[in-house]
Order: sequence, then C-alpha cells, then structure tokens
Amino acid sequence: MRTIAQYLPDHPFFAGLDEPTLALLAGCATNVSLAAGDFLFREGDPAARFFVVRRGRVAIELHDPAVGTVVIDSADAGDVVGWSWLVPPYRSIFDARAAEATGVVAFDGLCLRGKCEDDAHLGYELMQRVTQVMSERLMAAQVRLLDLYGARGTTDAATR
Amino acid sequence: MVPRLFRLVDRRQDTADTFTILLEPNDGVPLAFKPGQFTMLSAFGVGEVPISVSGDAHAAGPLQHTVRDVGAVTHALSRASVGDVLGVRGPYGTAWEVSDARPGGDVVFVAGGIGLAPLRPAVLEVLSHREDYGRVVVLYGSRSPDELLFTDELKAWESQGVEVLVTVDYGPATWTGRVGLVTTLVSRAGFDPMSTLALICGPEVMMRHTALALVARGVRSNHIRVSLERNMRCGVGLCGHCQYRELFVCVDGPVLPYAQVTGLLGLREV
Repeated sequence: MRTIAQYLPDHPFFAGLDEPTLALLAGCATNVSLAAGDFLFREGDPAARFFVVRRGRVAIELHDPAVGTVVIDSADAGDVVGWSWLVPPYRSIFDARAAEATGVVAFDGLCLRGKCEDDAHLGYELMQRVTQVMSERLMAAQVRLLDLYGARGTTDAATR
Repeated sequence: MVPRLFRLVDRRQDTADTFTILLEPNDGVPLAFKPGQFTMLSAFGVGEVPISVSGDAHAAGPLQHTVRDVGAVTHALSRASVGDVLGVRGPYGTAWEVSDARPGGDVVFVAGGIGLAPLRPAVLEVLSHREDYGRVVVLYGSRSPDELLFTDELKAWESQGVEVLVTVDYGPATWTGRVGLVTTLVSRAGFDPMSTLALICGPEVMMRHTALALVARGVRSNHIRVSLERNMRCGVGLCGHCQYRELFVCVDGPVLPYAQVTGLLGLREV
C-alpha cells in the first residue's frame, strides 16, 4: 500500500497542489482502518477531521425517530467525507459509518485550520476544493429532491 | 390500428407498483420487435397505453412488458389474470440500434427507475453477441432498494462480464450499496469514452444530467441516445399528442440521438 504522501498527488481533491503543501497535508493525516459498522463521526460531534476514502464505502446517515436511520448518501474510494471541520460551528451534521471494511485517510482538521489561519493561500486552496465537494453534493441532493423515480407526474399515456 | 389479441400467460409482481406480464398471440404469430420499441397495450373497456417491450427480441417465447401501475389503464393491466385477453398494437417507434457499437465498441447503459425495462432488450442483445462488444456497463439508479428491478438479472449480467453499478436515492441502515445520483456513477465506470455508445433511459431530468456527465467524461454527443417519453395516443404519428416541437415521439422516437435533442431537453413549454 502506498504511503499517504505517495497517494495524495494522484487524488483529484489534491490535484495541482505543490509538493510542500502536499507534505504539509500528509503531516496532518493518518491512515485509519474501519470495520463494517464503525463510525467515522456522529451527528453533533465536534468536526475535528475530514476523510478521503481509499477503499470500501462510507454511509452518510441521518436518524429520524419516526422512520429510523436512513442512508442519505454514500462515499466510495476516492470520495471526500466531511466539510464541517472548515465551517463554523465545526459540528458534524450527519452520522458517517463504514458500510463495509473501509480504509480512509483521516486529516486533522484542527491542525489544518491552524495552518490555514497562518497561510491564506493554503486556506483559499482548501476552501476552493471543499466548496467543489459541497457544490457537487448539494446539486445531487437538489436533483434528488425532485423524486425523479417517483410516480408523481407519470400518467398512463406516458408510462415507458 | 386494430389491436391483435394476446392472452396473458404469466404475471410477476416486480415491486410494489411495477409488474411484468407475458403475452402469447391468439393467432400464434409472434410479434417481432427491436429493442427500444413500444407497443400500444389495451385493457378492453378501459383504454390503451404505450409500453416499451422489456423482453428478449431474439428469443422465442411470450411477449414481455414491464409496467408501472400509475393510472386507470395500467391499473386494469395490473389486475389482469392468466388467461385474460389483452390488445396489442405495434411495435412502434425507433430502436436502440445497439449493434452500432459493433465491432468491439464499449456500451454504457444508464437507467433510471422503470427506465431499465426498455433498456433490458438491448442489454440482452449485447449479451447474446458478447464477443462483438468491448466493455459493457450498466449504471442503474432507483428510488430505494425495494424499487430496484431485475435484481437477479443484474447479478447474472455481472457474471457475464458486465460491470453493473447500482445506486439509490436513499436506503435503510441495512443497505450497504451506493446512495446518490446515477450521474455520479459515470465517472466510476470502466469504459473508453472515445469508443463508447451510451444508451440512456429514465426521467428527462436524469437523462439530461447523465448526458452532460457522459459528455464531460469524453463521450461524443452523437454516440449518446436517449428514450423520450411523451403522451402518446395513436402511436403512428397521426394524432399529434406526442409532438415535441418538430418531432413526433411515437414515430421519430422514442429513441433519439442526444445530439438531435440536446437543445430540446429542458426547453420549457415544448
């Protein structure tokens, strides 16, 4: 298995970052292995870390007392999980659980936030990348709000 | 325009609101069709609906339709029993023409919801000549795990060398599969964009976003085909119910090149 420093340059999230920045990021990161069912974070937890999935799958969940736990999104190898570490009040808003045996790179958000405070360029670079992830996930969530596959709007005359 | 009489010989409930019916012609003459075409199915005394054929175009046996119960006619069809006689007109419309990917081209099928049913005959056509195609990918999005269609077949297709990626809009805690938009699967699948023929069937918004994702991946827009859905009545281009600006979906479609309808998809009041 490649080291974190070897892995980061090939990942789209980190594409274009120079070597010193990648080294700095790698310095704030650790490899974590999770068994199926292990939580990366729970709703309401301090958002101290974000994750890049290397293998396996992470389920993003929301618990509703009326309907139970619902998986509202998932993240596979290559996906980034968690942006609350960069946005006040720095609290996780969902549960994130390993749906199967999963390997992630965990980044220390507190460490990175400190470095972003000191280095506005790094802060801007990371904010741009996190915003891209947020934007893609927001778009996907908004399209799903249409309930595309539901029967709404379907008639006998246009049924497939 | 006069329906032929077919007898219902078998029926399967696929999901809570979707079922498959198998029909044999009363006159013994099979109905030949191409993958992607539809028929006008009638429940006598109730009405007629356009339904794509979901069976194997090249196999002998009953005519197969997978139908979603969404209105009076489809509800009547859902209540039909073995032995009941239904009317069938057609087949009508254009076909997927998946063989255009031969020899050796990759084929990517992208289905949303009930959209897997009209694509199934094209998947089966590819599988019947598997050696003539390159990589074959099925990307399938559904509302929830219990609304997935043809789940046993999806596994069988995988064992025949098809990469099958499935996602749902949401799932229970016990669901360990993917959750998210079907468009997110486009970047995950293994295919060569430059040699790919992509066939998309699903809700129009889904097809629009999927086509954009395929183009962003590098698939040429004239190698993407979509199946449009409009209110149909006559099925033969006479009544105008399915008119889509200059197109009559029943005869010019339902399968159309994405390049031909790019500007129409999402156009308001068309």
